[in-house]
Amino acid sequence: MNGIEHLPPWAAALTAILVLIGAFVTLVGSLGLLRLGTFYERVHAPTLGTTLGTIFIASASMLCFSVLQSRPVLHEFLIVALGLVTTPIALTVLVGAARFRDTAERAAQVDEPEDG
Amino acid sequence: MSQLLIYSLLAAQLLLGLAIGCGAFRILLGPRAQDRVLGFDTLSVNAMLLLLTFGIRSGEVLYFEAALAVALFGFVGTVAFAKFLLRGEVIE
Repeated sequence: MNGIEHLPPWAAALTAILVLIGAFVTLVGSLGLLRLGTFYERVHAPTLGTTLGTIFIASASMLCFSVLQSRPVLHEFLIVALGLVTTPIALTVLVGAARFRDTAERAAQVDEPEDG
Repeated sequence: MSQLLIYSLLAAQLLLGLAIGCGAFRILLGPRAQDRVLGFDTLSVNAMLLLLTFGIRSGEVLYFEAALAVALFGFVGTVAFAKFLLRGEVIE
C-alpha cells in the first residue's frame, strides 16, 4: 500500500531533487520574511514560496503519483493554479490596507504638533 | 534509491517546518498588525506545502484535499484580515 518503494530509481531521484529544491526555495522566502526591514519589503519575500516552492513540490507530487499509478495524475495543478491566482489578490488587498493605515497614522502625527 | 527519497522527504519536511517557524515568529513579533497577517499567510502556504510532502511520503490522495482546503482557507483568511484592517468590518 505504501507505494514509495515501488518507484523506479530515476523517478525517485527526480522527485527527491524537486522536493528538496521546493522546500529550500520556500525556506529562503520565509527567512526573507523574517529578515527584511520594512513591511513593504517583507511583502515580496513569501511569494517565492507560493510560486516557485508550490510549483516544484506539486510537480514532484505529480511525477511521483503519475509513475506509481502509470497514468497521468495531474490534480496538483489545482493547487498551483489556486496559489498563482489568489496570492497577488490577497497581498494587494493587504498592502492597500497597510498603506491606508500608514497614511492615516502620518496624518494624525502631522496634526498633533499643531495642536500642542 | 527509495531510501534516498525517504531521507530527502524528511529533509524537505524539516526545511518546511523551519519555514513555518519563520512565519510563526513573524506573527509573534510583527511590529504592526499587517506584519502578523503576512506571517499568517506565509504560515498557511508553508503548511499546505508540508501537507503535500506528507502526501508524497504516504502515497495517499487524502492529503491533497487537505492541502487544497488549507490553501483556500489561507487565502480567504488573509483577505478577511486585510479587509478588517482597512475598514474595521469584513462584510459591509
